[in-house]
Amino acid sequence: MEITLNGKSVPVQGEATVLEVARREGIWIPTLCHHPGLPPYGACRLCIVEVKAGGRQGLTASCTLPPAEGLVVETDSPRVRERRKVLVQLLLAVVRDAPEIRELARRLGVEKAPFKPPEEKRECILCGLCVRVCETAGNSAIGFAFRGSQRRVSPPFGKAAADCIGCRACAKVCPTGAVRFEQAGDRLTGEPWQADLQVARCTSCGRPLAARLLLDFARKKVVCSDFEGLCPACRRRKVARSVKRRG
Amino acid sequence: MNTAEVREIIARHPEPEGRVAAILEEIQKKYRHLPEEALRIVSGELGVSLTRLYGVATFYAAFSLEPKGEHLISICHGTACHVKGAKNLAERWEREVGIKEGQTTADGMFTLEAVRCLGCCSLAPVFSIDGKTYGGVKPDQVPEVLGEWKGGGGR
Ligand code: SF4
Ligand code: FES
Ligand code: FES
Repeated sequence: MEITLNGKSVPVQGEATVLEVARREGIWIPTLCHHPGLPPYGACRLCIVEVKAGGRQGLTASCTLPPAEGLVVETDSPRVRERRKVLVQLLLAVVRDAPEIRELARRLGVEKAPFKPPEEKRECILCGLCVRVCETAGNSAIGFAFRGSQRRVSPPFGKAAADCIGCRACAKVCPTGAVRFEQAGDRLTGEPWQADLQVARCTSCGRPLAARLLLDFARKKVVCSDFEGLCPACRRRKVARSVKRRG
Repeated sequence: MNTAEVREIIARHPEPEGRVAAILEEIQKKYRHLPEEALRIVSGELGVSLTRLYGVATFYAAFSLEPKGEHLISICHGTACHVKGAKNLAERWEREVGIKEGQTTADGMFTLEAVRCLGCCSLAPVFSIDGKTYGGVKPDQVPEVLGEWKGGGGR
């Protein structure tokens, strides 16, 4: 199958979306709610492209657009650029200080932020990355709740995240820095989920390693008994010791 | 809330399709809200995360986590009703029942809620009480309607 990207005919090599094809071809399309390891969601709309022929014409999100024979797509047309700018301006109104958003604004040539920020301060843009990564890699401790202007990401009943295992995947994927984990002594706390977890220490050197629940969780998922309870440094030492010099 | 009752409701819905919503609807109907404990049972029995259930429970206006009153007064704020004075009507209701929209009276008799378009705009302004629809009612007629429901009539 072939599609046309920015006037050039390119093959589809099993990619599920136009975004993936473009990336493989080295074409930059900005994204905020996309992660290659997670199911597509289509929330941020930054990845919009213009379909010229071979499908429903107009602007559409490339992260959820499956390639089809004869599809003609522009990834950087004036319409696309204009619309992306507005999207970034809206994002800037909500999370002006997030480095990833600022970088996006810079790259897309957005200088002004004409929209008024919401009354109550927010850090979350509802991209849903943390929710999806928690479902996929973590323990479904957080999810979307409420709707409309009230929509937010929250642990069940707005209480402390009882199912959080402290994997921190949410903090890793969050594009705005809205999720923060902090380790102090033997506690690992995660905000805004109100997570509070016991930290396990390396069974050899005693250095803090990771949340105890995470280790339990990992043990159930991966079979790798050798490294149990050891920190990376002690693990390396153990492996090194087990390797014998030849001759 | 009674654990056995909740389990019985779940058992009555063996089909996987649309199961969650149907079960939650029944629980909501029975207890006039979704008790946290009931959601925990549903989560355990169906293998659906509590996080997901909480999302569903807070997304749909038909569900509530707080107990609703015995009678549910839904005031339409859809476009047509808005134009036809839903605001005045709602204010009158609030005054007569002594609570704001979204609240329940202390005696658990009435809940006032704001809804969007009840689907009979030609009767605007519209409100419904326990599913019975009232159209074209003037604010001054509110005490009369309320009286009927207070007396145990209305239905
Ligand atoms: S907390 Fe971060 S990752 Fe989660 S939805 Fe909000 S912006 Fe996205
Ligand atoms: S990356 Fe496609 S909508 Fe967000
Ligand atoms: S707007 Fe009230 S019934 Fe449609």
